[in-house]
Amino acid sequence: MKTAEFARFRPQGFTRLGALGRKSVTGLGAAALVCLLTACGGGAEWNNRDISGLMPPLEFELYSETGAQVTADDFDGQAQLMFFGFTHCPDICPITLGVLAKALDQLGPEAEAVDVLFVGVDPERDQPEVLAEYTDAFGPRFVGLSGTQEQLKALAKRYRVSFSYEDRDATGAYGVNHSSAVYAFDETGKVRLLIDADTGPEAIAADLRRLIREG
Amino acid sequence: MEEFVHFLTPYEFSPTIAGGALLSLVLFGRGAARLREQGRSVGFWRSLAFVVGVLSMYVVMQTQYDYWSQHMFFIHRVQHLVLHHLGPFLVALAVPIEVLGAGLPDRVASGIQRVALSPPFAPLRWMFHQPVLQAVVFVGLIYLWLSPELHFYAMLNIPLYNLMNWSMAIDGLIFWLFMLDPRDPRQAGTLGYGGRVLLLIAIVIPQILIGAYLGFSQESLYDVYAVCGRLWPLDPVTDQQIGGLTTWIPASMMSVLGLLVVIRRSAQTDRARESAAHPNAKLQASGGTA
Repeated sequence: MKTAEFARFRPQGFTRLGALGRKSVTGLGAAALVCLLTACGGGAEWNNRDISGLMPPLEFELYSETGAQVTADDFDGQAQLMFFGFTHCPDICPITLGVLAKALDQLGPEAEAVDVLFVGVDPERDQPEVLAEYTDAFGPRFVGLSGTQEQLKALAKRYRVSFSYEDRDATGAYGVNHSSAVYAFDETGKVRLLIDADTGPEAIAADLRRLIREG
Repeated sequence: MEEFVHFLTPYEFSPTIAGGALLSLVLFGRGAARLREQGRSVGFWRSLAFVVGVLSMYVVMQTQYDYWSQHMFFIHRVQHLVLHHLGPFLVALAVPIEVLGAGLPDRVASGIQRVALSPPFAPLRWMFHQPVLQAVVFVGLIYLWLSPELHFYAMLNIPLYNLMNWSMAIDGLIFWLFMLDPRDPRQAGTLGYGGRVLLLIAIVIPQILIGAYLGFSQESLYDVYAVCGRLWPLDPVTDQQIGGLTTWIPASMMSVLGLLVVIRRSAQTDRARESAAHPNAKLQASGGTA
C-alpha cells in the first residue's frame, strides 16, 4: 500500500487520540482489510472511489422515458452511470447531472460508449414524457428511468441507497430525500466506481476514459 | 397495525440470526423448566433479562431497524450499542450457560462440553481467560469499525456489513459473559473481582475519547450516509454528534452497571466462602436468637 493511500486512509483527528497504542494496530488491521477488499496495489489511483466487487452487477426492471419496459440487458455493451433522483429536484440532481454532462463533453466521441441512467424515484411525477424532457436537457447520453415502488425499492436495496418522501406543502408539492451516489458500471455491468460529483468534470472524465478503455 | 407488521419484516432476512434467536429462547425455556423440577428455579428476573437481551439483539438485526441503521449514523451507533453492550450484558446477567445446557438433550450437552474441552479448543479457552486481550478486542472492534474508510465499505458491502455486526455481537457476548461470571474466581480460575473492576474502568476511557471526539467534531467523517441517502435530511455533523454521544455516554454507563454487578457478585462470593468455612455459624446464630 502506498504511503499516500495510507495517509488518506488515516482519518484526520483520530491521530490526536494517539495516546492509545491500540489505534495503530486497528488502523493497520483496517488498512489491510480495505486493501484486500479493493485489491489495492495494482494500477494507478482512480479519482473516484473504486468499489469493484463490493456490490452486485447491474440488474433492474424499470420503464424508460419512451414508456417501454427495460432491463439492464438493454444497456449491455455500454459503460453506465446510474444516479437516483427525481425530476422536480431543485438542487442536487441538476447539479450532479450537469457535472456528468460536462464530463461527457470532455470525452468527445468516446462519450458514445457511456449511458447515464437517471432513475427517478418519484414515479408519481417522474412519468416517461417528463423524464424524457428532463434528461434531454443534459444531452443525448442521458436516459430517464422509473418504475413501480416495488421495482424502485428493489433497485435501491441492491445498491444500498434510500429514498423517501417529505410531506406535501399547501400547493401539493413535496421534496424527495435521495442519495447523492453515482454508480459506474463497466460494459459487462460489473460495478466499478462510486463517483462523487464534487471531484469535478475533469476528474470524472479521466476516470470514465480509463473505464471505457479498460473495459 | 400494518406499519407494525412492516417494521417486524426483516430487511435482510438471515436464517442464522432468526434460527439462533429462536433456538436460544427455546433452550432457555426448556432448561429453566428442567432446573425448576430439580428445585433450582432460574427465577423471573434472570429469565426476563435473557429474553429481553436476545430479543433486543434480534430486533436491531432482523427488522426494518436494520434498514434505518444503514441510513443514519446515530441509529447505527444505537444498533452497535445494543449488539455490543446492552443485549449481551442482559444475556450475561441471566447466567445462561447452565440453563441453556440443561435445555439440551443430555447427550448433546455432554457432547458439546467434550468438544469445548478438547485440545483443539485450548487456544480459544486460553483467549477467553486473557483479561487484557478481552479489553483490547472489545475497544479495538469499536475503533476498527469506526475507521471512516472501513466504515464506508462496510455500509456498501453486505458480507462486510454482516461481519461487522456479527463481530460486535459475538465479542459483546464473550466479554460480558466473562465479566459477569458469578462463579467464585478461586474455584473457576477466572479473573478476580478487583481485576474486573479495573478492566471495566479501563475500557471506559477509550470509549469516552472516541465518543467525545465524534460528539465535538465539526467535520463529517462518514460520507457514506450522504452518498447512500439519509432517512431524513438531518445535518451530517449533527448526525455524527448524536452518534458520538451514543458511543460515549450510554456505552460508558454500561461499564458502571457492570461495576455494580461485579461488586454484587463479589459480595455473594464472600458470603458463600464464609458459610463454606463455618458451616454451622448460621445455625448457631439462628439458634441463639430463638
